Amino acid sequence: MKTVNKALRKAKLLETVFKSILGLAAIFVGFILPVSIFISLYKESSLAIEHFGILNFITSTDWDPVAQKFGGLVPLVGTLISTFLATLIAAPLSIGIAIFLVELSPNRLKPIFSTAIELLAGIPSIIYGMWGLFVLAPLFGEKVEPWLQDEFQNVPLIGKLFEGSPTGIDVLTTSLVLSIMIIPFMSSVVKDAFNMVPPIMKESAYALGATKWEVIKQVMIPITASSIAGGLILSVGRALGETMAVTFVAGNVNQIPKSLLDPFTTITVALANQFTEADTAIYLSSLYFLALILFIMSFFVLYLSKIMLLRLEKKWKV
Amino acid sequence: MKVKNLAVAGLLAISGVALAVEITGAGATFPYPVYSAWSYKYQQETGNKLNYQSIGSGGGIRQIENRTVDFGASDAPLTPKELNEKKLLQFPAIIGGVVPTYNLPEVGNTQLNFDGKALCYIYLGKITKWNDPYLQQLNPGVKLPDREITVVRRSDGSGTTFLWTNYLSKVCPEWEKQVGYGTSVNWPVGIGGKGNEGVANYVKRFRGAIGYVEFVYTEQNKLPAGKIKNRDGKFVAASIETFQAAAANAKWDKNQHFYYILTDQPGKDSYPITGASFILLAKDRPESSKKAVQFFNWAFKNGDQEAIRLHYVPLPENVKNMIREYWKENGLM
Repeated sequence: MKTVNKALRKAKLLETVFKSILGLAAIFVGFILPVSIFISLYKESSLAIEHFGILNFITSTDWDPVAQKFGGLVPLVGTLISTFLATLIAAPLSIGIAIFLVELSPNRLKPIFSTAIELLAGIPSIIYGMWGLFVLAPLFGEKVEPWLQDEFQNVPLIGKLFEGSPTGIDVLTTSLVLSIMIIPFMSSVVKDAFNMVPPIMKESAYALGATKWEVIKQVMIPITASSIAGGLILSVGRALGETMAVTFVAGNVNQIPKSLLDPFTTITVALANQFTEADTAIYLSSLYFLALILFIMSFFVLYLSKIMLLRLEKKWKV
Repeated sequence: MKVKNLAVAGLLAISGVALAVEITGAGATFPYPVYSAWSYKYQQETGNKLNYQSIGSGGGIRQIENRTVDFGASDAPLTPKELNEKKLLQFPAIIGGVVPTYNLPEVGNTQLNFDGKALCYIYLGKITKWNDPYLQQLNPGVKLPDREITVVRRSDGSGTTFLWTNYLSKVCPEWEKQVGYGTSVNWPVGIGGKGNEGVANYVKRFRGAIGYVEFVYTEQNKLPAGKIKNRDGKFVAASIETFQAAAANAKWDKNQHFYYILTDQPGKDSYPITGASFILLAKDRPESSKKAVQFFNWAFKNGDQEAIRLHYVPLPENVKNMIREYWKENGLM
């Protein structure tokens, strides 16, 4: 009897210890870490915030290390443009891939395709960057972009997007590389969402005589719309923070691009390029301020996607 | 019992390592290859180890300011005022230079002539074609093509940029007024490549491109390198001899902590975009600084061959002696 009691006590103790360790780990990773990152970013950037003012910094296009004048508008706009274009390219492709994998692909090929796409997600971003610089950029600079210019230069409005000298080191190439990088994330989220559609819904649609296309268009996509949006936003988070690949093909020029063929810069690129040699306090602090802006942007993006995904789960919990 | 034995063995191992001196340094990326070659030999000969992290000059300055390393390294010298504020000492360790490189299929590897005004106007976006009359009259024997100039520069902060822009500021008032100099500046035109390899790659890719890279880099990659007109009016190509000529003509002053930028030096053989890479020591930590001084003193004595093999330029003998005096004055030797 005594031994049983002892064993029981021991098990209970073990359980409490185990629980509190897990709890601590969760609190640490989920709360203390992000909050302390935020605090340290804020602390480091306080000098720039005081000196330039939040609104002034965000709306200024200056970036002059010699005169010690800094502003974040150019990299901020660059980040938004490249992320937006990458999402624009990746979204239809990812949805198409997901539809193919769930509904159209022969069963035997499904695992091959989905593994191949997931492998894309595992490629380190510097490899995308090098591939972009050595393969994609020359191809675009010499073939694709001159062709685009010839085709579109006389079209009103759209022609403006293709002005400038085609180099392959520009917004267009960067957005394309970025889109390839986020497709695996996006398509696997959308694929999972499609798989969550209750089979009974699809079957009833088929029973009513719907074609495959009608089932996809009128049953699956409406049901999963909010999840697709969630997946999109999740990938936007990834595109916002992407650094290495963008550094290689963006051209690193502190200007707001006026056409798709202009070189530009993003927040992460500005950080990666200038952090090591930032030698004055205000310079360093301005870089921290950029990092803080990116941190807040990413936080909101992830928060938004979480809400979308939660809404879907509530709606379709079987 | 077992645990105890292990602990004793561990302690022994740690003390065994501690017997050899370990020097830590951090900073400039430009001299990294030569510092690491020196440290390899130094370890073979003396058993002492140098651990140098090439995190960039800005990082090197911050690290020595916070006293987390034995020495910091910076491509741009700190002013005597800054050094006093931060309680640091400074001396040059190695010399290098920056050269203009270009991609013009029409002239191939012909060495083109440039002068300060030409480079300045190209980088200001005022000269936009290779057959610009100003460029053409600098190169009487060459037929320059009617080609758009694509300007390439560094996107990351770098000592290379510091020397390049410092030279342009010295020889071109418009540059000084509009841009100034520093490890990174607000460029009026051009696209930015990351690192020497990034710039070289862009130059190779774009016909009509011009860029600037470290001398080491053109040598290793067989890139065309332009000649630059120096203060005495001679067109000189970058080479170990012309860098050394510039360094020999420099008016180093140990009372100013060797604060001196080697660009645009007088002398008929001086290459105008030459620069030294500097070492920073903490004044208030003589023990750490002594370790670093020992290493550099050894390198000054035994490292010249190694430096030349890597296309760096060792300091001239008179400068080395001046640095030794500087060490003695500050009680480090």
